[in-house]
Amino acid sequence: MSTKLPIQMPPGRRPLDLNSLKSFLLDNMVTAMFVVICLVGWSLSGLSAPFVVNDLISRLARNSLLVLALLIPVMAGMGLNFAITLGAMSAQFAVITVTHFKVGGIPGFLLAVVLSTPIAIFIGILVGKLLNKTRGQEMITSMITGFFASGVYMLILLVLVGTLIPLKNPDLLLGSGVGIKNTVDLIAISGSMDNIYKISVPIAGLVAGLALLLLNTWRFLRPHAPSAKNRLLVYAGGGLLLAAVSAITLFSGSLMNNVKIPVITFGIIALGCLFIDFISRTKLGQDFKTVGQDQHVARVSGINVDKTRILAITISTVMAAWGQLMLLQNMGNLSTYDSHTAVGTFAIAALLIGGASVTKATVGQALVGLVLFHTLFMVSPFAGKNLLGDAQLGEFFRSFVAYGIIAVSLVMHAWKRSRDIKKKLQE
Amino acid sequence: MPMLKQMYTNLGVARAIIIGFLLTLVVLAAVYDLDLAELASSSLVRTGMNGVLVLAMLPGIVSGIGPNFGLPLGVICGLLGSLLSIEFDLTGFPALVVSMLASIPLAVATGAIYGWLLNRVKGSEMMIATYVGFSVVSLMNLGWTLLPFRSPEMKWPIGRGLRVTISLAERYEKVLDKLWAFEIGGLRVPTGLLLAFAVACLAIWLFLRSKTGLAMKAVGDSKQFALASGLNVDKNRMLGTILSTVLGAIGIVVFHQSYGFIQIYEAPMWMGFTAVAAILIGGATVRKANITHVILGCFLFQSLLVISLPVANRIINVGGVAEVARIIVSNGIILYALTQVGGAD
Repeated sequence: MSTKLPIQMPPGRRPLDLNSLKSFLLDNMVTAMFVVICLVGWSLSGLSAPFVVNDLISRLARNSLLVLALLIPVMAGMGLNFAITLGAMSAQFAVITVTHFKVGGIPGFLLAVVLSTPIAIFIGILVGKLLNKTRGQEMITSMITGFFASGVYMLILLVLVGTLIPLKNPDLLLGSGVGIKNTVDLIAISGSMDNIYKISVPIAGLVAGLALLLLNTWRFLRPHAPSAKNRLLVYAGGGLLLAAVSAITLFSGSLMNNVKIPVITFGIIALGCLFIDFISRTKLGQDFKTVGQDQHVARVSGINVDKTRILAITISTVMAAWGQLMLLQNMGNLSTYDSHTAVGTFAIAALLIGGASVTKATVGQALVGLVLFHTLFMVSPFAGKNLLGDAQLGEFFRSFVAYGIIAVSLVMHAWKRSRDIKKKLQE
Repeated sequence: MPMLKQMYTNLGVARAIIIGFLLTLVVLAAVYDLDLAELASSSLVRTGMNGVLVLAMLPGIVSGIGPNFGLPLGVICGLLGSLLSIEFDLTGFPALVVSMLASIPLAVATGAIYGWLLNRVKGSEMMIATYVGFSVVSLMNLGWTLLPFRSPEMKWPIGRGLRVTISLAERYEKVLDKLWAFEIGGLRVPTGLLLAFAVACLAIWLFLRSKTGLAMKAVGDSKQFALASGLNVDKNRMLGTILSTVLGAIGIVVFHQSYGFIQIYEAPMWMGFTAVAAILIGGATVRKANITHVILGCFLFQSLLVISLPVANRIINVGGVAEVARIIVSNGIILYALTQVGGAD
């Protein structure tokens, strides 16, 4: 039961009538397949809906911004930005600093945002320049850059802190006085965004459902209504259904009423979605798309290709830094040398499961992918345990899915590209 | 001076830094009065241990698929061969040979499928190889748990699946290392191990001078030229991939006999990166490589790893410094090589 916001629907998709249902399913085969896998996994896991929704909300709060950070580089034709791990590392530097100076709560979180942003901008520019030198191999470069940066990050936090960097704080440092501890407790900023204001899931569903209903009815009744009128009716109906189900749940005494949604966190995520949507409509967004389509054409039409690409990566890195801050405040502790490592792979796998490709990714795909990937991630150990008597098997399966989906998407993209090149040569 | 300058240009910035770093480490090791002969012995063993795995990079680069980040595929074939030899309860040299022989057909088949795939994704081989490798390693995690091996040496005493590390002490631990090994002035030379590496290098060197090998090289050098002279590009690339995969399989058997344990599950995941970094340090690029790059690169990289650990421990009492150096050096050299490819737009 995910709350469906209107922005979730990418603009320009054909109306959802029965005739086009078949082609819709064909176009979204990957996503459809994962919907089935998730449902089967969930039923095998035997987990209750309130449990799944509760965990899912927390996982979405953590990971959404990180996935959104991937969208702009895709728009600019730079593929999947594996280097968002560098944004995550900038956030971790900031969080350690904030923890050292014991600035807590919302001021602490905001200070971390302020500190991480310039680091992320600086790193973003460097990565952008590097990717301009390795045109055509952006993804492998961004991935190796992530590994390399991880080494530099370890060098700074494990070796330089306490030796060259005069930091004396027994709460942060290892016993020897050199290097940051493996786990840093982030008590000060833990939950600082999540805990500001929470409402229960049925209430949130009711509000979102009613908003969806009213918004789409209004758009339907407008004199200058868009051509896809049927689609608006479907959305409005969906909103009504959501509101009705929520209302019933609200008065049924179901455990779902105990599941809370952190409103501010999801508000920030919604802002992130709107930001991406907004960018894609501006001149800058057009530039990104032109550069992504064909760099020669972009150059001829007067766009500074290199600068545009650097800007795309910089925005992505900054968003990733903020995303990692959201993740860390939700987790409440930092695995100093681990928290950032899987960020790239997981975010990319989630985006691809939502139906995105190396060259096209929308906000809607990001959100759908997040829900599916994290549902799968949550239920697979339980499903593995119930089906084969071994939770470990479920864990192996989910990491195979994460890597496998990336491999398959990369292959499909490269295959199509080499076929296109061949066709061009034959003409 | 002009000669020095020429040498510097040939080496490239990254390589010059790494060699400078290694020399500094050697000087520091001498200053800190570390046992240099002991370090040299370890370097030799590590070079022989990793040699064939690094050699596996050569056919890939030469045939035009680039450095084979998908090495874990070959490694997994080698692991299956090794496990079979234990399942059949073999020991000593027969076990080693059977491990290799059993893994070769598997590696040929895997390499053929993998080569077919790489032929369809020209231009994106490195990225796809990496993720195909990751996927297969994680798929094989399920495999190691479910495959019907029965030997109690390999299985967890309770529960399901194979152990994470399987001891070779009773099997073929160090059979190559100990073969004709001798010691002069504290320096132990693992003759058999180095010989095995040398034989593999010689075989590949000869192959690259054969008619088939020359055709493969021509395809890797220039697709246009190869097409013009009537060579089948896809077939030769596939040959390179198969060779690379087979060498990966044999390489891991050699590696484990020296290491003394078979490591499965996540262990093969990063082996591709180490091998790629080694051949690049030796002077190869993602387009050009030869046997000298393999031997030199393997020796330089492994010596660096061997020496950095004790030196780092003397300078600073922090764990993990050598690991940090390894991550920075290996990924740094790969990044440098990527920037040298030039824009392909």
